[in-house]
Amino acid sequence: MDSTGIVIGFWVLSAITVVSSLLVLVARNLMHALAFLVLAFLGMAGLFITLSADFVAVAQVLIYAGSISVLMVFAVMLTPLASRDNGNSLYVLPGVVAGLGIASLVAFVAVDTEWAERTGAALAESDFASTVGEVGRLLLGRYVLAFEVASVLLLIGLLGAIVLVQERRRAATQSPDEAADTGARDGGAL
Amino acid sequence: MSEQPLQAPIRRPATPMLRQIEDRPGLKEMALGVPFGLKVIGAIMGLGALVLMAAVGYLVVDGRLDGQWYDVRDLGHAVAGLRDWLDGEGVDHRLTWLITGALGGLAIMSIVGGWLLIGSWVERRVIAKFQIRMGPNRTGLFGLLQPIADAVKLMTKEIIIPRGADRFLYYIPPVLVFVPAMLGWAPIPWAPNMAYMDINVGVLYVVAISSIGVLAIFLAGWSSNNHYSLLGAMRTVAMMISYEIPISLALLSVVLLTQSMQLSEIVAFQGHYHVWMIAIIPFAAFAFLFASTAEINRSPNDIGEAESEIVAGFYTEYSGMKAGLFMAVELAHAILVGALMATFFLGGYTLFGLEEWVPGYLILAAKIGAVYFLFVWLRGTLPRFRLDQLMGFAWKFLIPLGIIQAFIVAIEASVFVRVDAPAFITLGAFAVVNLASTVVMVRFWADRLGYAPAQHATKPELTNALGGLKAAQRLRS
Repeated sequence: MDSTGIVIGFWVLSAITVVSSLLVLVARNLMHALAFLVLAFLGMAGLFITLSADFVAVAQVLIYAGSISVLMVFAVMLTPLASRDNGNSLYVLPGVVAGLGIASLVAFVAVDTEWAERTGAALAESDFASTVGEVGRLLLGRYVLAFEVASVLLLIGLLGAIVLVQERRRAATQSPDEAADTGARDGGAL
Repeated sequence: MSEQPLQAPIRRPATPMLRQIEDRPGLKEMALGVPFGLKVIGAIMGLGALVLMAAVGYLVVDGRLDGQWYDVRDLGHAVAGLRDWLDGEGVDHRLTWLITGALGGLAIMSIVGGWLLIGSWVERRVIAKFQIRMGPNRTGLFGLLQPIADAVKLMTKEIIIPRGADRFLYYIPPVLVFVPAMLGWAPIPWAPNMAYMDINVGVLYVVAISSIGVLAIFLAGWSSNNHYSLLGAMRTVAMMISYEIPISLALLSVVLLTQSMQLSEIVAFQGHYHVWMIAIIPFAAFAFLFASTAEINRSPNDIGEAESEIVAGFYTEYSGMKAGLFMAVELAHAILVGALMATFFLGGYTLFGLEEWVPGYLILAAKIGAVYFLFVWLRGTLPRFRLDQLMGFAWKFLIPLGIIQAFIVAIEASVFVRVDAPAFITLGAFAVVNLASTVVMVRFWADRLGYAPAQHATKPELTNALGGLKAAQRLRS
């Protein structure tokens, strides 16, 4: 981290990430908290870019800022009106404990690890062109089992969602007009 | 015994519109009808253009332009020249990169801004042509000042914030919605050295950036505190999330075949083998085109702001220039998708060797214009789809077939890497196989699904619980 631009970028992005993460906790309105959470995700993506981890940065934007946040928005929308208040949660104490635990774990790992830090000329020498190719090679080579397990997990999640929302056939208890509906429905069922 | 008239009555078209169609001059009459003076001027200009092209051709063949800063075929050389000159003057090289980067950003913004100045006029005029009307033609020459007049009108209108709206979140979306429309231009290559940000995760970047727009639309709908807005936002978000998957699958096919996520590499692949991706993977191209019209909320898939159903959808409560921004971003998105479509499937800045002679950015601009024309054509021709039809089309049709297509393309890609045959044979075989498999898949799947899903529409659980359909049936009977 010798270049001044990188240092400025790091501090600005860190400030954005930390402040918006704090605002997630402080905001009373659940939707405001979500907006700040997206900002925190974007700041984190920026931090990944300063570490020249382009693939992780783009994946961060794609998965967290793009998809996970929309999922959360949907979850907030579908809960009853009362739960839009972020103030009185039952899980404040366990949340604080778990958060502190995770933070201390990350801090411990970050301090304890010997980072193979390369900058400037050494970075140029190491021919560190692209992380995407390496990530792909590792995912389909060394870590293929974990990759497959994750994809099977996602598939199970998808199927579970379909099973949950599938309409049950209430053949025994249905009223006449419902029976007519079901009959119409059967023709188009996939 | 009265005498019947012998000659049949002269058949005139029934309606004024049909009469107008009948009376339109053909190409030949139009060519002959040009005044003599204009013909002379045209001939002189044509001769001048020929001389200019000969001069350019001489320079190109001579190789005198290659890599020089005044090589107008590739403005990247000019930027590199500027950077070299600034470095030579002793300017800090961080500052030179900053200056050239700002220049590039300014160029992108002026493309988008310039398009917004003229785009709505173009769109309205072209649609008017499709519908045999005049379109805006009063403000300025040919009505060219109409967008400016509209913008002034929108800016002078009062901005009303509905009572109960979430003020904090109400102000963000009109600005946020423009972010993807601007940032999406960054990785698009306009010429071999003329890409603003030629990153090696370009495809992922494009998909990621476009997913930010979802959030803007959702916030707009939610913060307005209006049921129409919320309905529009929910529709749009559900649709955009659904259609991101076909887009990703289509781009996956492209990436598998070109073996790169870098947009310039994808274009270089198409330029090197002199083939367009749309010829090799037609299903992916169609899926991308259709899904992106849904993604950018454009007719025939603009159910998020369907005027005939939910007023103006997610921006019902916005007024003045805030609403104007939502309308403007539609135009900006249209040409952005045109550029992406051209880059991924239509060969980008290459045109079978012509890019050696003509600036690549002009070729790309022409292709963007062609795709945009297709969009306007669709808008002028097709009626709007219904929400359940659109969602069903994504989940039951585009996604399963897209997955099968991606499988086939993956096999082909591994064949392409391993087999040592001339490229035109393998790629030609792929094109034939993919076309055949697309026809078979679409035919089979359409038979399997049935052609009329609308007649057997299933009720969603929520509607069931609320009893909306049942109430409607009771009213009817």
